[in-house]
Amino acid sequence: MSPHADLPAWAALLVSLLLILGGLITLVGALGLVRLKNFYQRIHGPAITITLGAGGILGASMLYFTLRQDRLVVHELLITAFIFMTAPVVAMLIMRAAVYRDLRAGRSVSSGRPGDPYRFPDESVDTQKD
Amino acid sequence: MSALLTLSIAFALFCVVCAMLLCMLRLIAGPSAQDRVLALDTLWMCGMLLALMLGIRFGSLIYFEAALLIALIGFVSTIALAKFLMRGEVIE
Repeated sequence: MSPHADLPAWAALLVSLLLILGGLITLVGALGLVRLKNFYQRIHGPAITITLGAGGILGASMLYFTLRQDRLVVHELLITAFIFMTAPVVAMLIMRAAVYRDLRAGRSVSSGRPGDPYRFPDESVDTQKD
Repeated sequence: MSALLTLSIAFALFCVVCAMLLCMLRLIAGPSAQDRVLALDTLWMCGMLLALMLGIRFGSLIYFEAALLIALIGFVSTIALAKFLMRGEVIE
């Protein structure tokens, strides 16, 4: 019934730990995407999903298939390399699009309250005090 | 020990499906278009992780190709959407 009955105990434990870590961190990243206030804070949520969540699950997959087939199975490194190359590009393009759209709409990113993290550098100081 | 692995795969699948539901929430409720694009990108990533975990669950290497394809198409579509948001057209 179960396809993974022939795995040794330590391997099953290690793969389980990596899977649980990856799943939990993916959930934390999505929770950040939902709960954070600003778009510029929200873009940090998926970064955790892409790095550690995907890393944990890819590591679990690599370890599982390596032990299962008694040879080195590392083609998950292809996905890892691809993600690690493309994630910064995607984040930078979305961020630039958001900044351009906010500038074009004439809307300030920061509302001037003390908790807000981002201000434009050309925004003058006296307009922030209201 | 096989029961532990099955249980942890089920737990991780549950976590990733919950993450996809949260992304769907942001995709529907997102106040601006860039929020929606970001949620869609995270949704692609979660779909890729789901395919990888199903590969471990059923012990098959076929799911790896599906995960690679999902990662590729997700990257291209997110880049196209971000270009569209920035310029108003995809190919200039």
